[in-house]
Amino acid sequence: MDPRVKGIELKLKNVRRIIPIVSGKGGVGKSLISTTLALSLKELGFEVGLLDLDFHGASDHVILNSPISELPDEEKGVIPPVVHGIKFMSIVYYSTDKPTPLRGKEISDALIEILAITRWDQLDFLIIDMPPGLGEQLLDLIRFIPRGEFLIVSTPSPLSVNVVEKLVALLKEGNHRILGIVENMHAGNNLTEEMAERMRIKYLGEIGVCDEIDSLIGEPESIMLSDFGKNLKKVAERIVSGDRPR
Amino acid sequence: MHEWALAEGIIGTAIEYGKENNANEIVKIVIVLGELQDVEQEILEFALTQLKKDTIAKNAELIFEEERAVFRCRNCGYQWNMKQSEKELTEDIREDIHFVPEVVHSFLSCPKCGSRDFEVVKGRGVYIKEMVVR
Ligand SMILES: [Zn+2]
Repeated sequence: MDPRVKGIELKLKNVRRIIPIVSGKGGVGKSLISTTLALSLKELGFEVGLLDLDFHGASDHVILNSPISELPDEEKGVIPPVVHGIKFMSIVYYSTDKPTPLRGKEISDALIEILAITRWDQLDFLIIDMPPGLGEQLLDLIRFIPRGEFLIVSTPSPLSVNVVEKLVALLKEGNHRILGIVENMHAGNNLTEEMAERMRIKYLGEIGVCDEIDSLIGEPESIMLSDFGKNLKKVAERIVSGDRPR
Repeated sequence: MHEWALAEGIIGTAIEYGKENNANEIVKIVIVLGELQDVEQEILEFALTQLKKDTIAKNAELIFEEERAVFRCRNCGYQWNMKQSEKELTEDIREDIHFVPEVVHSFLSCPKCGSRDFEVVKGRGVYIKEMVVR
């Protein structure tokens, strides 16, 4: 028997809401949205955790400009360090810069291990930056987060919308809760919004193309002040509607 | 001390299993400790003993079995063990592996052909092998 299943449930016991961020395709800004959403919820006064489980594309630590050379402290589990006011945990603390040739199942095992040993204690929100795509890591992981309210990131590209539609169907098939969809790099068409309507999920808002965003990586304060940050804060407000910090 | 986190999972699993099977008590839990993760049995045992108090597992006998790690190369099929890779596994590396055993793939390679595409056949981590309830 795998004690990690129960272990994960217990570790997340005092986390009020768990929001895994998923995207059908890579390159849609999932990491930036995960990180900025976590910072926005913090600004609204909530206790927030951010967990980067995107094994191949882990980059939340770069966006936050958070050093990863030292292992997090241990005390009855692993304590996520506090970065810019949020508790931050990432697979990169344990994977090094060396390329690590892992097969799908091994990556899943590593991600599940992180979930099973991290002590979040009391949180209002835990944002999880999930592996992109519809691959086996996503499928393996969502079994371990039955309480997750999935937030989907798409772009106006018909290709992205198409894959996202499959992702929505998959999540619905597994009876997972879908919080809604955020459209990044909005420009020109309403494909994402129409798809949301068709699939009966909430359209949580759009973020326009933000030219300066690449130059703000590593400066969370500046990201929060940019258009990108402002738009995400609106999304955050829609997510928390009715919730109050404890 | 992340052994404590593992212990929580073990006791939680045992209690849930006991309840699902309408058991009055958990008599025995056999826990396998994989050599690769290198969990400290004493610390784990201490945590388990603390956590099982006041539960249906309070009298459970805890039995530990060590499982040697075995690696197998996906390229040439060669099988080897931890001892053969001892030199490559420094203190720091062992600590990383202790948290997330898959990290081993960043550091070891097949002693025969040098490939880093290998699998951990046995002895990865901690799991419950057997439980007796009544
Ligand atoms: Zn080989």
